[in-house]
Amino acid sequence: MSGNRVAGKGRVDVGKSVRFTFDGKPFVGLKGDTVSSALLANGVHLMGRSFKYHRPRGPVAAGSEEPNALIGTRRGPGRFEPNTRATVQEIWQGLETTSQNKYPSLKWDIGAVNDAAYMLFSAGFYYKTFMWPKSFWHRVYEPFIRAAAGLGVSPTEEDPDTYASRFLHCDVLVVGAGPAGLAAARAAAVDGLKVVLVDENAEVGGSLLSEPQALVDGQRAWDWLAAEVEALKAAGVRIMTRTTAIGYYHQNMIGMVERLTDHLSDLPADTPRERMWRVRAKRVVLAQGALEKPLVFHGNDCPGVMLAGSAQTYLNRYGVLVGQRPVILTSHDSAWFAAFDLADAGAQVQAIVDTRESVRDDLLAEAGKRGIRLKIGHTATATKGRLRVTSLRVNPVTDGKVGAGYVIGCDAVLMSGGWTPSLHLFSHTRGSLAWDEDLTTFLPKDTPENCVIAGASRGLWGVEAVLNDGADKGRAVAADLGGTGGETACSVASDRTGTGVSHTELPTDLNPGKAKAFVDYQNDVTAKDLRLAVREGMRSIEHVKRYTTNGMATDQGKMSNINGLNIAADALGKKQPQVGLTTFRPPYTPTSFGAFAGYHRGAHFEVTRKTRIDGWAEENGAVFEPVGQWRRAWHFPKPGEDMDTAVRRECVATRQSVGIFDASTLGKIEVVGPDAVEFMNRMYTNPWTKLAPGRCRYGLLCGDDGFIRDDGVIGRLTTDRFHVTTTTGGAARVLNMMEDYLQTEWPDLNVWLTSTTEQWATIALNGPKAAALLAPLVEGVDLTDEAFPHMSCVECTVAGMPARLFRVSFTGEIGFEVNVPAPRGRTLWEVLWEAGRQYDICAYGTETMHVLRAEKGYIIVGQDTDGTVTPKDAGLDWAVGKSKPDFVGKRGMARPDLTSEGRKQLVGLLTEDHSRLEEGAQIVFDPTQALPMTMVGHVTSSYHSDAVGRPIALALVEGGHGRMGETVHIPMPDRTIAAKITPMVFVDPDNARLKI
Amino acid sequence: MTHFSAFSLLKNALTGHKNWTEQWPDSQPKAEYDVVIVGAGGHGLGAAYYLAKEHGITNVAVIDKGWLGGGNTGRNTTIIRSNYLYDESARLYDHSVDLWENLSQELNYNVMYSRRGVLMLAHNVHDVQSFKRHIHSNRLNGVDNRWLTPEECKAYCPPLSISKSARYPVMGGALQERAGTARHDAVAWGYARGAAARGVDIIQNCPVTAIRRNADGSVAGVETARGFIRAKKVGVSAAGHTSVVMQTAEVRLPLESYPLQALVSEPVKPVFPCVVMSNAVHAYISQSDKGELVIGSGTDQYTSYSQRGGLPLIEHTVAAIAEVFPIFNRMRMLRKWGGIVDVTPDRSAIISKTPVEGLYVNCGWGTGGFKATPGAAHTFAWTIAKDEPHPINAPFTMERFRTGRLIDEAAAAAVAH
Amino acid sequence: MLLITCPYCEETLPEAEFAYAGQAHVIRPENPSGQSDEQWEEFLFIRENPKGPHFERWRHLHGCGRFFNAVRDTVSDKFLTTYRAGAPRPDLASLGGDAK
Repeated sequence: MSGNRVAGKGRVDVGKSVRFTFDGKPFVGLKGDTVSSALLANGVHLMGRSFKYHRPRGPVAAGSEEPNALIGTRRGPGRFEPNTRATVQEIWQGLETTSQNKYPSLKWDIGAVNDAAYMLFSAGFYYKTFMWPKSFWHRVYEPFIRAAAGLGVSPTEEDPDTYASRFLHCDVLVVGAGPAGLAAARAAAVDGLKVVLVDENAEVGGSLLSEPQALVDGQRAWDWLAAEVEALKAAGVRIMTRTTAIGYYHQNMIGMVERLTDHLSDLPADTPRERMWRVRAKRVVLAQGALEKPLVFHGNDCPGVMLAGSAQTYLNRYGVLVGQRPVILTSHDSAWFAAFDLADAGAQVQAIVDTRESVRDDLLAEAGKRGIRLKIGHTATATKGRLRVTSLRVNPVTDGKVGAGYVIGCDAVLMSGGWTPSLHLFSHTRGSLAWDEDLTTFLPKDTPENCVIAGASRGLWGVEAVLNDGADKGRAVAADLGGTGGETACSVASDRTGTGVSHTELPTDLNPGKAKAFVDYQNDVTAKDLRLAVREGMRSIEHVKRYTTNGMATDQGKMSNINGLNIAADALGKKQPQVGLTTFRPPYTPTSFGAFAGYHRGAHFEVTRKTRIDGWAEENGAVFEPVGQWRRAWHFPKPGEDMDTAVRRECVATRQSVGIFDASTLGKIEVVGPDAVEFMNRMYTNPWTKLAPGRCRYGLLCGDDGFIRDDGVIGRLTTDRFHVTTTTGGAARVLNMMEDYLQTEWPDLNVWLTSTTEQWATIALNGPKAAALLAPLVEGVDLTDEAFPHMSCVECTVAGMPARLFRVSFTGEIGFEVNVPAPRGRTLWEVLWEAGRQYDICAYGTETMHVLRAEKGYIIVGQDTDGTVTPKDAGLDWAVGKSKPDFVGKRGMARPDLTSEGRKQLVGLLTEDHSRLEEGAQIVFDPTQALPMTMVGHVTSSYHSDAVGRPIALALVEGGHGRMGETVHIPMPDRTIAAKITPMVFVDPDNARLKI
Repeated sequence: MTHFSAFSLLKNALTGHKNWTEQWPDSQPKAEYDVVIVGAGGHGLGAAYYLAKEHGITNVAVIDKGWLGGGNTGRNTTIIRSNYLYDESARLYDHSVDLWENLSQELNYNVMYSRRGVLMLAHNVHDVQSFKRHIHSNRLNGVDNRWLTPEECKAYCPPLSISKSARYPVMGGALQERAGTARHDAVAWGYARGAAARGVDIIQNCPVTAIRRNADGSVAGVETARGFIRAKKVGVSAAGHTSVVMQTAEVRLPLESYPLQALVSEPVKPVFPCVVMSNAVHAYISQSDKGELVIGSGTDQYTSYSQRGGLPLIEHTVAAIAEVFPIFNRMRMLRKWGGIVDVTPDRSAIISKTPVEGLYVNCGWGTGGFKATPGAAHTFAWTIAKDEPHPINAPFTMERFRTGRLIDEAAAAAVAH
Repeated sequence: MLLITCPYCEETLPEAEFAYAGQAHVIRPENPSGQSDEQWEEFLFIRENPKGPHFERWRHLHGCGRFFNAVRDTVSDKFLTTYRAGAPRPDLASLGGDAK
């Protein structure tokens, strides 16, 4: 055991040594140590470098509020994290840790030149300079600033770990398992209420872990704690450790992150690294405790300068003496107890320096018993030491005058500037705070959420007061939920109560303009930076914070906010509440992205919808494209084919014989009821009354603004039943829109809407041989033009399966769409495939579908239209039932701009040089004009067409319908392409091919 | 006003920084102004600056209910770009970028405009078509924007995953190299300092409770927590709170206010050289000069002034970032916050006169107002000074919602700003 | 994540089950073609956007599928009440919220 480990102290396992490395050097700690406690036990205080000045830094705290001791942690390939707090990371066998923000080494860091030039790097310096010459900002200054900042380095490999997430519902959630939280949980858990107690530390107990001397109801604190934990378990309380309540969201939803493996030497199989809990609690008790404030004086950041309470924690919880010869520097009684604990553990306490003029007699007596030198009514004005503190300069203060300074040699300075209640989660609720002048701190006031706050986090002090307050709050919460609450009043002996005073910077006799008295350690914000910000007109704490970066480090102001506020208020001559407190924002402590992402990674990032025929496509070499949540077969290349070749082959095969296409992703909505036809008349632009059962019609859907929203073929199966199809991406939107109008505008209509997208598998057969292929498989329907003409639909049997058969075409060829119950989709596909072999049937994908429909001038909503195209613009005026008194979109499309001249209209384009246009290319009338050009439209669809023998395109062109035969120009980066405006239908304008 | 330079910094360093003066005074309201601007964000302060500098109107007050720059100016992810589809938008945002490029020198305040490039990722065929349409349109408008293959995207932004097996594989991207980021607070402070130096009063913590009108209907001034302030003209640029202010003048606007969330990671050394936006997965990301990854999310689904925002949206956003940049999965989120954005039906802004004589409004910026700050402020000042639109903001009227002449960037491309 | 009471299911459920559907009581005119451009603009686009109680619509999308109305305070995000579509606008004063 090293010289700094105290026998008989701490909760670490003396029998289990753990080896780890820091900057490549091996160290040994004990099971239960953090990296910080283990390094301190080895006499190492220097653990990092600060952000701006690269000053050497050691841990100032012992918990998650630590701003200085940030390290890189590594567990083999892929498992590296920067900026891990050494005070939180538990050591395990083989852990590799590294210091940060230094080059070439932690002890000799070239970046520390910034420290020498610190006068230039005052608050906001970068707003005032780096402006000349202009080009230097991007090339020289900014890269310099960026490289100097940033602390650790990013991971470079993909994360091999998994993350989980769970919901949890409970009656009472208690955040913080210190004495207040333990008592609250105990009191609330007696009436069968479901209570959850959560703590960020590896074990429960909170401040009790640092105060073993307390006697609770006559029991030693740690014995009481052990018994209490058993009692809580017996009462059914769920205790969660290593779990941080990160945020308080609406209506008592708390986000919590449980760390499951970062402390383990061996990773268990199939265990997530972290788990995000989304807790919905009927009541929440916040018992987050209090955080100690540093004192602000020149050199208060030297390694070895640390919070007194943290030194006490290192001693009592980890058995580590942070210094053999410490000086205590305090404005609060609490640090005196730290002095006593350290002295009793064998440290040579060099002095207790108290800034107050007088101190409680019992403390003086206790110090006297231990022979500790006392410096009451003193200030501290400097430390000495580069990589570890070697002395503290102190001065007497009489009537506000700072006397002559003298030096006390030491190897640690243990400071306390008093305590700040933790109001983080309370603040997340947008709860209001009240300033307490006596405690110089904010206390909780009102909150819109169902929560209470207990213990030190509402300004109470001492184990007894906190325990009983916790019990009171637990009882109150239980009563609120109809319980009675437990009786758990405690009496505590050897309790350490205390008071203190609050300071801005400590008074000094040295030039305050040269003082490096740090407020925000990590971001290197000094007291004089804060005063400079005020001098420059920053009057709110929000401005001061942003100008200086105080409170914006990875501790998010846990160390610095109140000190910063006190100094800013002092500089402004105002009370603190008038200057304000910046809002605490989630998460309470930095939380891994993985924990937020949870299961939503890779294939699980978002569901992939697949049709029943997807498997066949995959087995047959399909290349897929994502369309919304669906994946669709894009094309079916044969070996050696690229996409263009495959698509051309698929197109030719379909027009020559027959192609088969999986159209299952089409949205399908069943519209049923006595008023179905009236509903359709109102929703769609087309008239539906005269559509006979067994017939289909192309339907066009607009919004009430008059612009096209969706389209699809709609079949009337019976007088009161329509089979509506929508675009693949529009299905959910269209159904929602229909429901909206039906439920809220026309509740009198007797209509039911049902999404049937997933219920039907839809297979399209297109081509001259489609009817020949299908006819033998269809029962009861004669597939002739006379009996079943184009745009017919029927319920029938196909290949022995119940089916809805549509004779429709999205290609210009004879076409059928066969809908069968989805589970039978693949069977039907394979039957059709086998039957089609005699016709050289060809499977085609979405790209071929796009080409074939473009050749025929059929539009794709969302490609050939965007949200600004009217039916008339799209050449679909014929689909608008103008004699209908009303339909969705009728009034909208009568607005002035939608009826004006010169709107962009959908037309065909044929390039003069037979080159294929690029989709999205812009169109101009005058190719010779200078930039910016007047653009009159753009190419919406463009393909090579073997059927036409040249590339074809569709385009929106200003006044296009009146410009048939005119030439427009498409300026490309390297040349300008001329194209002739044509009608949209390139193939078979007379629809001869639709006849069998 | 102290001129800022390396020399002045050095000089003041030698004197212990004791001689810096305040960058703007905390003014008390006068009884009357030529122009009162409601809202001391970048847009409002900038309008006051340009009124003073370019139109010689210096009897101006900018009034805010809180601290200047405390609204969306100080809460956004600072992305600047101008590769918008429609001519109207491209002109406005490109005018803005022109101003951004010289803003530090113009204001003698380093706003750290960083031309690091904005890369918009395409994850499906529809994205590809849409971005190419943007690129062609931008080229003919003289706005830079070019197509990158997945490999070129990866070369430009090394942390990017272009794995073909990703749920949303990268199919390419549109890169605007002239685009980038700036330091948001500095924009508000720089305009405040410049405006104040030209005589503008900046009045903070003074909520405007109503806009008052004369008997003839024209604007009379504003009622505030510190009493009535007479004004010949009133310009409102109060972002999410615009509806509420304008309704007191009986002007009803097509606006809804939504919560928008953003977050930053812990700081790390430079790893992310540009800005990347991905609409398919709904997230955007850059790295601040401080080293934090700055990540923007979408809006929550419901209107709200609570500035809270829900956990599920953040979970989705972080998942999206980790999906596109898997090496960041073990990075940690440091802080997330919310703002209130005012959204119009066509997702484009309104910079316009109103039916009330002497009342002007600059609103509806949705999630994209920061990038427009100089351009919007510049043209808004013109509109107020001359009582007519600047050619650049002329299309951004209130009337377009009546006529249907929308500037529908959202419908055209489903692109977030 | 908000908790929302569906007035049809009579259950309080997480927001994830619901879809926001904009301002409530915006009634599509009986005869749209008789509307002026200004009236149609009002119907399509002009919204109250209040800071405080907001009459709004939600749909229990992943539940019963019904649209219903709610009053929610947009400052605290608290629901003051929810009620079925077609039911009259509740009196704000009786809801006990921070009605303005």
